[in-house]
Amino acid sequence: MKFAVIVFPGSNCDVDCYYAVKDGLVEEVEYVWHQEKNLSKYDVIMLPGGFSYGDYLRAGAIARFSPVMEAVREEAEKGKFIIGICNGFQILTEAGLLPGALRKNEGLKFICKTVSIIVENDKTPFTTRLKKGQEILLPIAHGEGNYYVDDKTLKELKENNQIVFRYKENINGSVERIAGVINKKGNVLGMMPHPERAYAPLLGNTDGLYILGSIVDNFVKGGV
Amino acid sequence: MLIAKVYITLKKGILDPQGKAVKGALHSLGYEEVKDVRVGKYMELTFEDGDLSLIKDKVDEMCERILTNPIIEDYTFEIVEG
Repeated sequence: MKFAVIVFPGSNCDVDCYYAVKDGLVEEVEYVWHQEKNLSKYDVIMLPGGFSYGDYLRAGAIARFSPVMEAVREEAEKGKFIIGICNGFQILTEAGLLPGALRKNEGLKFICKTVSIIVENDKTPFTTRLKKGQEILLPIAHGEGNYYVDDKTLKELKENNQIVFRYKENINGSVERIAGVINKKGNVLGMMPHPERAYAPLLGNTDGLYILGSIVDNFVKGGV
Repeated sequence: MLIAKVYITLKKGILDPQGKAVKGALHSLGYEEVKDVRVGKYMELTFEDGDLSLIKDKVDEMCERILTNPIIEDYTFEIVEG
Protein backbone atom coordinates (compact mmCIF):
# COMPACT_ATOMS: atom_id res chain seq x y z
CA MET A 1 0.00 0.00 0.00
CA LYS A 2 1.15 3.49 -0.80
CA PHE A 3 0.89 6.52 1.46
CA ALA A 4 0.93 10.16 0.30
CA VAL A 5 2.18 12.90 2.60
CA ILE A 6 0.83 16.21 1.35
CA VAL A 7 3.31 19.07 1.59
CA PHE A 8 1.97 22.60 1.84
CA PRO A 9 4.21 25.64 2.03
CA GLY A 10 4.80 25.80 5.77
CA SER A 11 4.21 22.12 6.59
CA ASN A 12 6.83 21.00 9.09
CA CYS A 13 5.76 17.52 10.21
CA ASP A 14 5.84 16.12 6.67
CA VAL A 15 9.22 14.50 7.27
CA ASP A 16 7.99 12.93 10.53
CA CYS A 17 5.00 11.46 8.67
CA TYR A 18 7.24 10.19 5.88
CA TYR A 19 9.60 8.33 8.22
CA ALA A 20 6.81 7.06 10.45
CA VAL A 21 5.42 5.28 7.39
CA LYS A 22 8.76 4.28 5.84
CA ASP A 23 10.50 3.06 9.01
CA GLY A 24 7.64 2.63 11.49
CA LEU A 25 5.22 0.81 9.20
CA VAL A 26 7.68 -0.25 6.49
CA GLU A 27 5.24 0.77 3.78
CA GLU A 28 5.66 2.83 0.61
CA VAL A 29 5.36 6.59 0.99
CA GLU A 30 5.83 9.67 -1.19
CA TYR A 31 5.73 13.41 -0.63
CA VAL A 32 3.08 15.16 -2.72
CA TRP A 33 3.30 18.91 -3.34
CA HIS A 34 0.09 20.84 -2.72
CA GLN A 35 -0.27 21.76 -6.43
CA GLU A 36 -0.97 18.13 -7.35
CA LYS A 37 -4.47 17.52 -8.72
CA ASN A 38 -4.64 13.74 -8.78
CA LEU A 39 -4.14 11.42 -5.81
CA SER A 40 -5.74 8.32 -7.26
CA LYS A 41 -2.52 6.25 -7.14
CA TYR A 42 -2.30 6.57 -3.35
CA ASP A 43 -4.09 4.39 -0.82
CA VAL A 44 -3.75 6.58 2.27
CA ILE A 45 -3.43 10.36 2.40
CA MET A 46 -1.73 12.12 5.30
CA LEU A 47 -2.11 15.84 5.94
CA PRO A 48 0.79 16.72 8.21
CA GLY A 49 1.22 19.28 10.92
CA GLY A 50 2.89 22.63 10.58
CA PHE A 51 1.88 26.15 9.70
CA SER A 52 0.59 25.95 6.14
CA TYR A 53 0.69 29.41 4.56
CA GLY A 54 1.98 30.74 7.87
CA ASP A 55 -1.45 30.11 9.42
CA TYR A 56 -2.41 33.48 7.93
CA LEU A 57 -6.09 34.40 8.22
CA ARG A 58 -6.86 31.23 10.24
CA ALA A 59 -5.00 27.95 10.66
CA GLY A 60 -5.74 25.87 7.56
CA ALA A 61 -7.93 28.53 5.93
CA ILE A 62 -5.72 29.13 2.90
CA ALA A 63 -4.38 25.59 2.52
CA ARG A 64 -7.90 24.29 2.05
CA PHE A 65 -8.05 26.08 -1.31
CA SER A 66 -4.86 24.41 -2.57
CA PRO A 67 -5.42 22.38 -5.76
CA VAL A 68 -4.61 19.17 -3.89
CA MET A 69 -7.58 19.59 -1.56
CA GLU A 70 -10.03 18.96 -4.40
CA ALA A 71 -8.20 15.67 -4.97
CA VAL A 72 -8.32 14.89 -1.24
CA ARG A 73 -12.07 15.44 -1.34
CA GLU A 74 -12.41 13.06 -4.32
CA GLU A 75 -10.42 10.32 -2.61
CA ALA A 76 -12.40 10.86 0.61
CA GLU A 77 -15.60 10.28 -1.34
CA LYS A 78 -14.13 7.05 -2.73
CA GLY A 79 -13.67 5.90 0.87
CA LYS A 80 -9.88 6.03 1.05
CA PHE A 81 -8.29 6.59 4.45
CA ILE A 82 -7.33 10.17 5.16
CA ILE A 83 -5.64 11.32 8.33
CA GLY A 84 -5.06 14.96 9.23
CA ILE A 85 -2.72 15.59 12.12
CA CYS A 86 -2.55 18.94 13.93
CA ASN A 87 -2.47 21.51 11.11
CA GLY A 88 -3.82 18.74 8.89
CA PHE A 89 -6.82 18.46 11.22
CA GLN A 90 -7.31 22.22 11.03
CA ILE A 91 -7.24 22.05 7.22
CA LEU A 92 -9.82 19.23 7.16
CA THR A 93 -12.24 21.22 9.35
CA GLU A 94 -11.75 24.36 7.25
CA ALA A 95 -12.42 22.27 4.13
CA GLY A 96 -15.64 20.97 5.67
CA LEU A 97 -14.42 17.35 5.48
CA LEU A 98 -14.69 17.20 9.27
CA PRO A 99 -17.13 19.01 11.56
CA GLY A 100 -16.14 21.76 13.99
CA ALA A 101 -13.35 24.32 14.18
CA LEU A 102 -10.12 24.78 16.11
CA ARG A 103 -9.73 27.94 18.16
CA LYS A 104 -6.81 29.42 20.05
CA ASN A 105 -5.93 27.43 23.16
CA GLU A 106 -7.88 28.50 26.21
CA GLY A 107 -4.71 29.55 28.05
CA LEU A 108 -3.33 31.30 24.93
CA LYS A 109 -0.08 29.36 25.20
CA PHE A 110 1.45 27.18 22.54
CA ILE A 111 1.51 23.78 24.26
CA CYS A 112 4.29 21.32 23.45
CA LYS A 113 4.34 18.20 25.62
CA THR A 114 3.32 14.57 25.83
CA VAL A 115 -0.19 14.06 27.14
CA SER A 116 -2.56 11.21 28.00
CA ILE A 117 -5.17 10.46 25.37
CA ILE A 118 -8.22 8.31 26.00
CA VAL A 119 -9.57 6.15 23.18
CA GLU A 120 -13.27 6.82 22.77
CA ASN A 121 -14.03 4.74 19.68
CA ASP A 122 -12.08 1.57 18.89
CA LYS A 123 -14.23 0.62 15.90
CA THR A 124 -12.67 3.01 13.37
CA PRO A 125 -10.08 1.84 10.82
CA PHE A 126 -7.59 4.03 12.69
CA THR A 127 -8.13 2.53 16.14
CA THR A 128 -8.63 -1.23 15.85
CA ARG A 129 -5.28 -1.86 17.58
CA LEU A 130 -6.69 0.00 20.59
CA LYS A 131 -9.47 -0.64 23.11
CA LYS A 132 -12.19 1.78 24.11
CA GLY A 133 -11.13 3.51 27.30
CA GLN A 134 -7.44 2.69 26.74
CA GLU A 135 -5.02 5.42 27.71
CA ILE A 136 -2.10 6.19 25.40
CA LEU A 137 0.61 8.83 25.44
CA LEU A 138 1.10 11.12 22.46
CA PRO A 139 2.94 14.39 21.91
CA ILE A 140 0.95 17.54 21.22
CA ALA A 141 2.36 20.79 19.83
CA HIS A 142 -0.21 23.42 19.01
CA GLY A 143 -1.40 26.95 19.71
CA GLU A 144 -4.81 26.43 18.14
CA GLY A 145 -6.12 23.07 19.23
CA ASN A 146 -9.16 24.19 21.14
CA TYR A 147 -11.86 22.16 19.39
CA TYR A 148 -15.29 23.71 19.05
CA VAL A 149 -18.62 22.36 17.86
CA ASP A 150 -22.08 23.72 18.60
CA ASP A 151 -24.42 21.69 20.80
CA LYS A 152 -26.42 20.31 17.89
CA THR A 153 -23.30 19.02 16.09
CA LEU A 154 -21.90 17.65 19.36
CA LYS A 155 -25.06 15.61 19.76
CA GLU A 156 -24.65 14.24 16.23
CA LEU A 157 -21.00 13.41 16.89
CA LYS A 158 -22.04 11.39 19.92
CA GLU A 159 -24.92 9.65 18.16
CA ASN A 160 -22.65 8.59 15.30
CA ASN A 161 -19.66 7.68 17.51
CA GLN A 162 -17.52 10.27 15.74
CA ILE A 163 -15.50 11.29 18.81
CA VAL A 164 -12.39 9.11 18.53
CA PHE A 165 -9.99 10.57 21.09
CA ARG A 166 -10.29 12.76 24.19
CA TYR A 167 -7.58 14.35 26.30
CA LYS A 168 -7.52 12.79 29.73
CA GLU A 169 -7.30 16.23 31.26
CA ASN A 170 -8.46 19.58 29.97
CA ILE A 171 -5.41 20.69 27.97
CA ASN A 172 -6.57 23.48 25.70
CA GLY A 173 -10.26 24.17 26.37
CA SER A 174 -11.64 21.79 23.73
CA VAL A 175 -15.36 21.04 23.98
CA GLU A 176 -15.65 17.86 26.10
CA ARG A 177 -11.83 17.47 25.88
CA ILE A 178 -12.13 16.27 22.27
CA ALA A 179 -8.73 15.53 20.71
CA GLY A 180 -9.79 13.76 17.52
CA VAL A 181 -12.91 13.19 15.41
CA ILE A 182 -13.85 11.11 12.40
CA ASN A 183 -16.30 11.81 9.59
CA LYS A 184 -19.67 10.09 9.48
CA LYS A 185 -18.56 7.64 6.80
CA GLY A 186 -15.60 6.64 8.99
CA ASN A 187 -12.65 7.12 6.64
CA VAL A 188 -11.44 10.66 7.44
CA LEU A 189 -9.77 11.19 10.82
CA GLY A 190 -8.54 14.46 12.27
CA MET A 191 -6.54 14.69 15.49
CA MET A 192 -4.39 17.27 17.24
CA PRO A 193 -1.94 14.81 18.90
CA HIS A 194 0.97 13.53 16.81
CA PRO A 195 1.10 9.72 16.32
CA GLU A 196 3.85 10.22 13.70
CA ARG A 197 6.16 11.54 16.41
CA ALA A 198 5.80 8.33 18.41
CA TYR A 199 6.70 5.41 16.15
CA ALA A 200 10.07 4.15 17.41
CA PRO A 201 11.71 3.23 20.73
CA LEU A 202 14.47 5.69 19.83
CA LEU A 203 11.87 8.47 20.06
CA GLY A 204 10.90 7.25 23.51
CA ASN A 205 7.38 6.33 22.50
CA THR A 206 5.73 3.89 20.11
CA ASP A 207 2.08 4.56 20.96
CA GLY A 208 1.57 6.28 17.62
CA LEU A 209 1.94 2.89 15.93
CA TYR A 210 -1.38 1.78 17.42
CA ILE A 211 -3.03 4.33 15.15
CA LEU A 212 -0.78 4.15 12.09
CA GLY A 213 -0.66 0.35 12.31
CA SER A 214 -4.46 0.13 12.47
CA ILE A 215 -4.59 1.88 9.09
CA VAL A 216 -2.43 -0.89 7.59
CA ASP A 217 -4.52 -3.65 9.22
CA ASN A 218 -7.74 -2.25 7.81
CA PHE A 219 -6.51 -1.37 4.35
CA VAL A 220 -8.91 -2.17 1.53
CA LYS A 221 -7.72 -1.49 -2.01
CA GLY A 222 -9.71 1.31 -3.62
CA GLY A 223 -11.33 2.52 -0.40
CA VAL A 224 -13.95 1.34 2.07
CA MET B 1 -11.83 53.56 -5.60
CA LEU B 2 -14.06 51.73 -3.19
CA ILE B 3 -12.89 50.22 0.04
CA ALA B 4 -14.75 47.44 1.84
CA LYS B 5 -14.02 47.61 5.55
CA VAL B 6 -14.61 44.12 6.93
CA TYR B 7 -14.95 43.47 10.66
CA ILE B 8 -14.69 39.87 11.85
CA THR B 9 -15.58 38.85 15.40
CA LEU B 10 -15.98 35.60 17.25
CA LYS B 11 -19.62 34.58 17.54
CA LYS B 12 -21.41 35.41 20.73
CA GLY B 13 -20.90 32.66 23.27
CA ILE B 14 -17.58 31.51 21.77
CA LEU B 15 -14.89 31.92 24.39
CA ASP B 16 -12.35 34.57 23.37
CA PRO B 17 -9.15 33.89 25.35
CA GLN B 18 -7.39 36.89 23.77
CA GLY B 19 -10.21 39.20 24.77
CA LYS B 20 -10.10 37.76 28.27
CA ALA B 21 -6.35 38.43 28.54
CA VAL B 22 -6.77 42.00 27.27
CA LYS B 23 -9.60 42.60 29.73
CA GLY B 24 -7.34 41.36 32.54
CA ALA B 25 -4.60 43.77 31.43
CA LEU B 26 -7.04 46.69 31.30
CA HIS B 27 -8.31 45.86 34.78
CA SER B 28 -4.77 45.66 36.12
CA LEU B 29 -4.20 49.19 34.74
CA GLY B 30 -7.23 50.35 36.70
CA TYR B 31 -9.83 50.42 33.92
CA GLU B 32 -12.30 48.46 36.01
CA GLU B 33 -15.22 49.94 34.06
CA VAL B 34 -14.46 47.62 31.12
CA LYS B 35 -16.96 44.79 31.43
CA ASP B 36 -15.84 42.67 28.48
CA VAL B 37 -13.36 42.66 25.60
CA ARG B 38 -13.72 40.76 22.35
CA VAL B 39 -10.76 40.73 19.96
CA GLY B 40 -11.54 40.50 16.26
CA LYS B 41 -9.99 41.16 12.86
CA TYR B 42 -10.24 44.12 10.54
CA MET B 43 -9.54 43.99 6.81
CA GLU B 44 -9.66 46.55 4.01
CA LEU B 45 -10.40 45.29 0.52
CA THR B 46 -9.83 47.83 -2.21
CA PHE B 47 -11.81 47.77 -5.47
CA GLU B 48 -11.81 49.84 -8.65
CA ASP B 49 -15.01 51.88 -8.84
CA GLY B 50 -17.86 49.65 -9.88
CA ASP B 51 -21.41 48.59 -9.21
CA LEU B 52 -21.86 48.94 -5.46
CA SER B 53 -24.46 46.22 -5.06
CA LEU B 54 -22.33 43.82 -7.12
CA ILE B 55 -19.31 44.51 -4.90
CA LYS B 56 -21.46 44.00 -1.79
CA ASP B 57 -22.54 40.60 -3.06
CA LYS B 58 -18.93 39.69 -3.84
CA VAL B 59 -17.71 40.74 -0.38
CA ASP B 60 -20.47 38.67 1.21
CA GLU B 61 -19.38 35.71 -0.86
CA MET B 62 -15.71 36.21 0.09
CA CYS B 63 -16.61 36.42 3.76
CA GLU B 64 -18.63 33.22 3.61
CA ARG B 65 -16.07 31.27 1.56
CA ILE B 66 -12.72 32.22 3.04
CA LEU B 67 -12.43 35.40 5.08
CA THR B 68 -14.40 33.97 8.00
CA ASN B 69 -15.07 30.54 9.44
CA PRO B 70 -18.88 30.67 9.79
CA ILE B 71 -18.77 28.02 12.54
CA ILE B 72 -17.07 30.38 14.98
CA GLU B 73 -17.06 33.85 13.42
CA ASP B 74 -19.49 36.63 12.44
CA TYR B 75 -18.76 39.55 10.14
CA THR B 76 -20.04 42.92 9.11
CA PHE B 77 -18.71 45.30 6.49
CA GLU B 78 -19.20 48.74 5.06
CA ILE B 79 -18.11 50.12 1.72
CA VAL B 80 -16.67 53.63 1.56
CA GLU B 81 -15.12 55.84 -1.13
CA GLY B 82 -11.33 55.60 -0.98
